Amino acid sequence: MTPSKVEYLNGTDKKGTQLPKHTISVLVAHNLNALSRIIGMFSGRGFDIESISFGQGQEPGLARITITTQGDEQIVEQITKQLHNVIDVVKVKDLTFEPFISRELALVKVSAPPAKRSEIMQIVNVFRAKIIDISTDKLTIEVTGSGDKIDAAIGLLRQFGLVEVARTGSVALKREYTGDT
Amino acid sequence: MNNEATQIKDRNFNGSKPSLVSKPNQAQELTGAEILVETLLDLGVDTVFGYPGGAVLPIYDTLYKNPKLRHILIRHEQAGAHAADGYARATGKPGVVLVTSGPGGTNTVTGIATAAIDSIPMVVFTGQVATSLIGNDAFQEADIVGITRPITKHSYLVKDANQLEHVIREAFHIATSGKPGPVLIDLPKNMVMSKGYYTGERNINIPSYRPVTRGHYSQIVKAAELLSNAKKPLIYAGGGVIRGEAWKELTDFAERTNIPVTTTLMGLGGYPEGKPQSLGMLGMHGTWYANMAMTECDVLLAVGARFDDRVTGRIDGFSPHSRKIHIDIDPSCIAKNVPVEIPIVGHVKSVLPELDKHTNKPEVDEWWNTIHQWKKDHPLSSPKLKDRIMPQHMIEAISEITKGEAIVVTDVGQHQMWAAQLYKYNHPRSFITSGGLGTMGYGFPAAMGAAVACPDRQVVCITGDGGFQMTAYELSTCVENKIPVKIAIMNNGYLGMVRQWQELFFGKRYSHSDLRGGNPDFVKLAESYGAVGLRATNPEEMKSVLEEAMKINDRPVVMDFQVVEEANCYPMVPAGAAINEMVEEPK
Repeated sequence: MTPSKVEYLNGTDKKGTQLPKHTISVLVAHNLNALSRIIGMFSGRGFDIESISFGQGQEPGLARITITTQGDEQIVEQITKQLHNVIDVVKVKDLTFEPFISRELALVKVSAPPAKRSEIMQIVNVFRAKIIDISTDKLTIEVTGSGDKIDAAIGLLRQFGLVEVARTGSVALKREYTGDT
Repeated sequence: MNNEATQIKDRNFNGSKPSLVSKPNQAQELTGAEILVETLLDLGVDTVFGYPGGAVLPIYDTLYKNPKLRHILIRHEQAGAHAADGYARATGKPGVVLVTSGPGGTNTVTGIATAAIDSIPMVVFTGQVATSLIGNDAFQEADIVGITRPITKHSYLVKDANQLEHVIREAFHIATSGKPGPVLIDLPKNMVMSKGYYTGERNINIPSYRPVTRGHYSQIVKAAELLSNAKKPLIYAGGGVIRGEAWKELTDFAERTNIPVTTTLMGLGGYPEGKPQSLGMLGMHGTWYANMAMTECDVLLAVGARFDDRVTGRIDGFSPHSRKIHIDIDPSCIAKNVPVEIPIVGHVKSVLPELDKHTNKPEVDEWWNTIHQWKKDHPLSSPKLKDRIMPQHMIEAISEITKGEAIVVTDVGQHQMWAAQLYKYNHPRSFITSGGLGTMGYGFPAAMGAAVACPDRQVVCITGDGGFQMTAYELSTCVENKIPVKIAIMNNGYLGMVRQWQELFFGKRYSHSDLRGGNPDFVKLAESYGAVGLRATNPEEMKSVLEEAMKINDRPVVMDFQVVEEANCYPMVPAGAAINEMVEEPK
């Protein structure tokens, strides 16, 4: 029997096993009615959104939405089909099964008394992150990369005391040249 | 109520202006309300079901001055949406609704949801407060585009009178093509009052909307091979056969290949029940033999059906031995509930003849022997009494007197299932029912819409004493417009299906399902509206009441059939059971 979608809501199945992550790229008319329809489709049909980003696409009037979600093959197939049913959607691509590049950006504000600054800066260097704002007792760090990398960076910065975190959610495109084999 | 949220986007993605105003010299300048009426007439709309109010007064003024468009004043917007839905189901043409802002719009919600889940083409025009007031919690303001987003195929908020014509044409195209569905157009009051251009440009180009129509050739060949070699094939035909007007193609295919056909509730009439290949309806209250055939078959051909839970029963017990082929216009219907081996996305009407071309007649004699035995051993039961009317008897009497030629419209509940089982449907678009949403109160207004659409056909609304009372006020509309709907109330004094479940699964605790304390005298109720009211309490009276009713053609007739109170609808598949685990009428 197919488990109900609601059981997947936290990205796990009944036994608590983590379900595969999917990155879906949607090209859609740039209006909020379309965005609402897409988000409403996810909530109304019991699908999960882990992150979503919305921004202008390659042409005026078109937006690209990148959604990361979790689910088994059947769930994700339904998600892509239901996305196609939104009249304003031009193109849907599940990038998961092909080479793709994805990036996420996070701004992390940590408390940083002078005694701790050099330690924090070491971590920043290792993650090739940047310090973009500084005050007497706080640093704001920009981290770019995969979701995993950002998780790790935030994880390590947590010990200094996270003040605020803002993450963009992932944006992704298909990789064009994958090399000769 | 963010007005940004519903902006009409420029369809031309390169940012240029839409083409419809590119030739303003030939275009006529009209008010938005006039553009609306002109466009509807140009699209071939002949009837609008509506109710006036503040935000749509300019449109009603235009209707007054231009009476070419027939407007039927319903008595409640919910009934208006159901009437447009009935009109659409009876004809295949989109139903059109016109209501005011705020409560006018919210009252249509049940009707829109009913149409959406059954894929009914419908265009709903709602008034809206002027654009300058949107978002201000103005009088009779509601974000109807937002409220109806999950139950419409698409929706628009018009922000430029110049785009109105284009939006309406697009809405009709979207509502009627692909998998049909309701589309809503929200019309701010200043948009219908201000001037814009009417061009008569009929070309529609929606780059992001291109429904697939032709099935994939190699998939069709694979399906044909599977069917040709099947020993126990079965066709499972759904509402897509009716929506896609593929009844002839289905009949030809089934007759030539001699494959048995079972239809869903929505598919009834898609395959003539008088034909020997017909197994009637399957599912929760389907025939024994249809459900057994579904369980035993080795190749299943689903045609425009969506494996609804009322059809499949418990999923792991559903047709466990079959290899499955699924033809559907909507890719998202395929493999949604049940995995399918050969999906064919396309128009049923174009795929079936292709499939027919490649399929050899399978060897099915032995399969038919099994089915005939099931039919003999487990026929549908239709008990009769001498002095009381059994509800099943009532359906058979209606089937008899109309010779199976009427348009039957039902409400929801026991009578709906009996009407599905026992009336013999031989024509498409002749059984109209709320299958997906199961909307009580749907039957009578939908019958009214069907009768408006098909004045030459007998329209019988089979309803219950509960459901009829949800929308009985439309008697007023029927009397005013001389709409001769025949309303047959299966009056058992209960919410029959609720009571049946309470009897069988809740220890006969009839919690709030007994209506006898407050039911009206339906004859007097009818008479007070100027309709005809008739009553029957035994089979003899039933016959004469039906005969008398069928002769009346200038007003609605309410027939109060007082049937046996506690009859149950069988066979039934209990919740959570597989469809071959049916409960039959206790002997």
